Amino acid sequence: MTPEQLTEVEMITVVIDGFEVTVPKGTLVIRAAEKLGIQIPRFCDHPLLSPAGACRQCLVDIEINGRAFPKPQASCTIPVENNMIVKTQLTSPVADKAQKGIMELLLINHPLDCPVCDKGGECPLQNQAMSNGRPESRYEGVKRTFDKPISISSQVLLDRERCVLCARCTRFSDEIAGDPFITLNERGALQQVGIYESDPFESYYSGNTVQICPVGALTGASYRFRARPFDLVSVDSACEHCASGCAMRTDIRRGKTLRRLAGEDASVNEEWNCDKGRWAFKYLSSRERVATPMIRGADGELHEASWPEAIAAAAAGLKGKRAGVLVGGRATLEDAYGYSKFARVALGTNDIDFRSRPHSAEETSFLASVAVNATTTYKDIDKADQVVLLGFEPEDESPIVFLRIFKQVKKRGLVVTSDAPFASRGSTKLKAKLITSISDVTGLTEKSVVIVGERLSETAGALSAAVELVNKSGAKLAWIPRRAGERGALEAGAIANLLPGGRPISETSARVDIQTAWSVPALPITPGRTTNEILEALNLVSDDVSALDAVVIGGLDPADISSQALSQLLNSFVVSLEISHSSVTAIADVVLPVAAVVEKSGTFLDWEGRSRAFDKGITDALTRSDVRILSMIADELGAPIELPTVSATRREIAAVGKWDGAKAEFTKITLTSKSPTGDKLNLSSWRQLLDLGSLQLGEANLAGTSRKAAAHISSSRAEKLGVTYGQEVRISSELGSIKLPVVISQMSDDTIWVPRNSQGSQVIASLGFVSGQVTVVKA
Amino acid sequence: MTKLSPVLSANWDEKDSFTIEGYKRHGGYKAAATALGMEPDAVIQMIKDSGLRGRGGAGFPTGSKWGFIPQGDNKDHYLVVNADESEPGTCKDMPLLLANPHVLVEGIIIASYAIRANHAFIYLRGEVVHVYRRLLQAIEDAYAAGHLGKNIGGKGFDLELTLHAGAGAYICGEETALLDSLEGFRGQPRLRPPFPAIAGLYAKPTVVNNVESIASVPAIINNGLEWFQAMGTEKSKGFTLYSLSGHVENPGQFEAPLGITLREILELSGGIRKGHQLKFWTPGGSSTPIFTAEHLDVPLDYEGVSAAGSMLGTKALQIFDETTCVVRAALRWSEFYKHESCGKCTPCREGTWWLVQMLHDLEAGKGTEADLEKLLDLCDNIAGRSFCALADGAVAPIISSLKYFRDEYLEHQRNGGCPFDPVASTNFAAVNS
Amino acid sequence: MSDKDFISFSQEQIATMDKIIARYPRSRSAIMPLLHYVQSLDGYVTPRGIEKIAEKLELATAEVTAVSTFYTQYLTKPAGDYHVGVCVNTLCAVMGGDAIYESVSEHLGIGNHEVTKDGKVSLERIECNAACDYAPVVMVNWEFYDNQTPRSVNDLVDAARAGNPPAPTRGPNKLRTWRENSAVLAGLNDGLANEGISAGEASLRGLKIAKDKK
Repeated sequence: MTPEQLTEVEMITVVIDGFEVTVPKGTLVIRAAEKLGIQIPRFCDHPLLSPAGACRQCLVDIEINGRAFPKPQASCTIPVENNMIVKTQLTSPVADKAQKGIMELLLINHPLDCPVCDKGGECPLQNQAMSNGRPESRYEGVKRTFDKPISISSQVLLDRERCVLCARCTRFSDEIAGDPFITLNERGALQQVGIYESDPFESYYSGNTVQICPVGALTGASYRFRARPFDLVSVDSACEHCASGCAMRTDIRRGKTLRRLAGEDASVNEEWNCDKGRWAFKYLSSRERVATPMIRGADGELHEASWPEAIAAAAAGLKGKRAGVLVGGRATLEDAYGYSKFARVALGTNDIDFRSRPHSAEETSFLASVAVNATTTYKDIDKADQVVLLGFEPEDESPIVFLRIFKQVKKRGLVVTSDAPFASRGSTKLKAKLITSISDVTGLTEKSVVIVGERLSETAGALSAAVELVNKSGAKLAWIPRRAGERGALEAGAIANLLPGGRPISETSARVDIQTAWSVPALPITPGRTTNEILEALNLVSDDVSALDAVVIGGLDPADISSQALSQLLNSFVVSLEISHSSVTAIADVVLPVAAVVEKSGTFLDWEGRSRAFDKGITDALTRSDVRILSMIADELGAPIELPTVSATRREIAAVGKWDGAKAEFTKITLTSKSPTGDKLNLSSWRQLLDLGSLQLGEANLAGTSRKAAAHISSSRAEKLGVTYGQEVRISSELGSIKLPVVISQMSDDTIWVPRNSQGSQVIASLGFVSGQVTVVKA
Repeated sequence: MTKLSPVLSANWDEKDSFTIEGYKRHGGYKAAATALGMEPDAVIQMIKDSGLRGRGGAGFPTGSKWGFIPQGDNKDHYLVVNADESEPGTCKDMPLLLANPHVLVEGIIIASYAIRANHAFIYLRGEVVHVYRRLLQAIEDAYAAGHLGKNIGGKGFDLELTLHAGAGAYICGEETALLDSLEGFRGQPRLRPPFPAIAGLYAKPTVVNNVESIASVPAIINNGLEWFQAMGTEKSKGFTLYSLSGHVENPGQFEAPLGITLREILELSGGIRKGHQLKFWTPGGSSTPIFTAEHLDVPLDYEGVSAAGSMLGTKALQIFDETTCVVRAALRWSEFYKHESCGKCTPCREGTWWLVQMLHDLEAGKGTEADLEKLLDLCDNIAGRSFCALADGAVAPIISSLKYFRDEYLEHQRNGGCPFDPVASTNFAAVNS
Repeated sequence: MSDKDFISFSQEQIATMDKIIARYPRSRSAIMPLLHYVQSLDGYVTPRGIEKIAEKLELATAEVTAVSTFYTQYLTKPAGDYHVGVCVNTLCAVMGGDAIYESVSEHLGIGNHEVTKDGKVSLERIECNAACDYAPVVMVNWEFYDNQTPRSVNDLVDAARAGNPPAPTRGPNKLRTWRENSAVLAGLNDGLANEGISAGEASLRGLKIAKDKK
């Protein structure tokens, strides 16, 4: 806070246990005490949830203006006041006895199963029973028993006997996630957390309840009985699953990741994360991991090789060839910088793109002219008078962004507008006003935030229309791609038209900056190509002037780009830097294993451009970050990029800095709406948060809570097709078809929506495109 | 000798006392017409001046409660009548509503007008279907007669009145739990502040009043302050319903000026049942510490009962004679509180669970003298530690019975079980034997 | 979001639900009368009832469950046609409620919250029902049966099982079934308000004495 802001908030001075503390008005007594380092025991209290006053563990004695409350008060519900004197358990025998009494009552029905409880060793109940409880229980009665544990979803287990009914989990689900699928049921001594029998706790955010449970009542199925807290080494990390930018904590035992938790960052994810971030890490230990470098032999098979052999083979295949670089969306900033420099310096080309998804030339221009170096942040959402979502479903595509918008919707009725084809669960929670055309957006001011998702590039002219909207109104624009690496790759210049720091490749002074920084005489000036164009060039006959002969590929799945992408790679020399065996490694000439996030240090830039640096979690990992491998190949090619380590790369990125000149002019195109022809329907789709994404491999408990694939159509369309809820339709293109049960939604008769990459609904692979016209019939 | 003063109950002996015709025959709805001719603030002032205090147990001045509603705030205001009568021993509102539902409807019109509410609710406990019928019919008849709805009495005042049935939860008698219940949530008490007067039903300014408090309003409007203040004591003005039950010759409703004593009521009604003596009694339901024969002359007003160590509560005079085991009584009340604890806070939820187990053992003669100290210490760890007053009520019968009958607890231990014959205390003891 | 079709309530029943919802400024307030209404149709709070209420009020099914399980009048399995509640709170228990409960439980061969095999009578130990001046009190389908004895209650349940229960002490001329009375609690007027006495003997005690003394 700036000094001006500080003076705006009324400050209040209270005395706690004889010590004065001055805090902003509205601060709760329990938190004012924390400021002094006085720990008042508590269970239901949570700084991000509404006060409950339920557990009564935090009772203290309070007097105001010399008048004492007749009985101890819950310090988690009482805001400080001037002339307030608080006596905690440290100075008031009454408060101390009250707390000991509550603790005894909390324990009378608590099972003595700490030795087998996951929470043992990191349990607030256990800890506070030691610090603030009676040495021995006087309870001689019969303990309350329940069946234990019960599954409330495939990934969360509930042990009601251990529950202290603090309602943190139910408050979180209702207040923060908007998913009141777990509730307090029954009453009195039989009160218990529960679900409605046939509707499990399938919230994208359910894992947070496990993390904030102050006892071992809620546990994650994947972690249960796996470890003891004191055997774990915790490291701070960042989440690699999306661009939300969650701070994370990774718990490792003997080189193996056992658990990931939401880290704390008040400006980003507060204390929450999504279930994908929490539980999708089994890909790290998948049996499909590439263990050693491999070279394809004369027999057409991959053979294990030493690093020098493989580096030499890669360099030999690239030497003197016309080669491109496909980075993939999960590279760290440092790795993307490595690819960017490698393309320009070692391969002498601008044929580099980080987009491993549908994209367009319009988007290429948009990224260099608008998205790069953009400064919109979470804070702008907090203060926005309206949030407009264009080609962006926050709950599925950037779940913490969703939480942030939802928080403001709940708190102050923030207006949300979305151009989605139907009201998804997320839109419904946000009470979003749905629009069918960007031109329907109204009421934008300088305080509004227009969020553009990566899918907006799939509609020609839509990005142009969004830019127009922002330019006219002065609203803030945010580009929120789905993958964690895209913003960093953009800033690193892992795209044809940009050099690191957002420098337009067309600007001489920008090139001079980089030439100097890289100590190279020149940089390639031939305009580079997009992912699609690179793939097409790889497929051209080699005497074509536009053809490419070789390609270096980071972590990408060709099926995310187009149905023909993989086949386009078949006739070229392919160097694959990969974590796990994939369709690319299956056809690659050289395969180089790279480190996964916990095995390396690096940085993601979240959608705000905020740095999310992390250190190596598994310190003795043998795998290497992409940038190190690229540096070795460059050395072998005789065109060194001088990036031997991640930290060296970080230093260089910092030294290069950001471009402070003008951005390139945005090349606008006109928005054209396409009506379907004949009986066809417009296909619309996006990826649901939990789907067949490769980083979710191997985690069945998580997959069990994914939303079941279904096709959404309007009621009149359903009538025309002769189907009702739950009946199946067949959706076909010239390439193929998918069959899904239908759900009737309020939407255009001309549109059908299906999930893009879910079980039974892999749109690109089955239909060949993500937005086009399809034939729909009753199956 | 204080005289009985039937006001609310004055016409209950008429066959059609519950109909709109029966009510109007005795001047029904005249007070509403009078009040609607006054300034709303004048109505509030009159109720303030009358000294009427809440009849639901807490005794808060009714007029002051109305006065807390912010005026001119352009918000909806609500009146909610608490008809969730569930405190053990309390049985005044149900007969009142059965015999004269219109007096409540009329009181609601006046109170709503005073606090500028255009929608009122009656939250009636769900376990009394015939009372529900009578109230529903009364509301429908009042609408038909133009006492409810748009432009009441041509005075430009609109009022909707909705009857809402509870579904079995004592805690909903606590006003904030009642509001949560009425909003469609679990009936668990809310944090205060904000108080209902600022953020009550749907977070709007709301007055929550007991049935009897609101039903007393028309008579005050009709008969004036002097008439009302002539009854009662200095700080407890007016008349009220005393409900006499248990081991007496003639149980029932006794409407009398505040300050009458139990001795007087017993004398008027025929006393303790023949051949028996008073052992203990509750002045205002099970949540009020018990009294004994030494309290027969305590004036039954807010101050008098309080000074003697209990609370006037709902004036539910439950009388127990010497055939009753006080440990059994305490146990059963504890079972009630355990059954009715909402579960929200630890001391109430876990404490009542433990209390019942301890009292079970004590009644069965399995306790020791040290257990009595443990019991009292447990009560100390529950009382004043809970979210609402339910748990305070739960320990009241235990602490007070230990205070007056400690030896009876010990006698259970010496006897190896309860020394009382449960048949002797039934009211068909003679029939069965 | 979907047109998820539950085992259907009739259009008329759904129209009644809409009327109940319309009584309140905010729809969620209708959850309790709707639960009473579901009980009047299904005999208890059925899954289809919970799902319909959730759909109507735009709540999660868990939220409806949270409410329905909080209140003791909402049942998780069907009540009998005649739901007998014996007050066993302190005063009634002491005055004979305990004896009544034991006797009728043995007579029917069922315990707390159980139903006779013929589905006619169910039994519940209830707490204070605000009729202490008529102790011991028994409620059948939440109608008052005052000043009961073990014998009177055994006779009552026998007559009920034979389809001829006695009229309530303070209630309509004929005892209605549990489902019929649940509809009243949902706010559906059955037109019986004018049946029965104004007040019982105990309710009039003070009035009578006051009049006699005049």
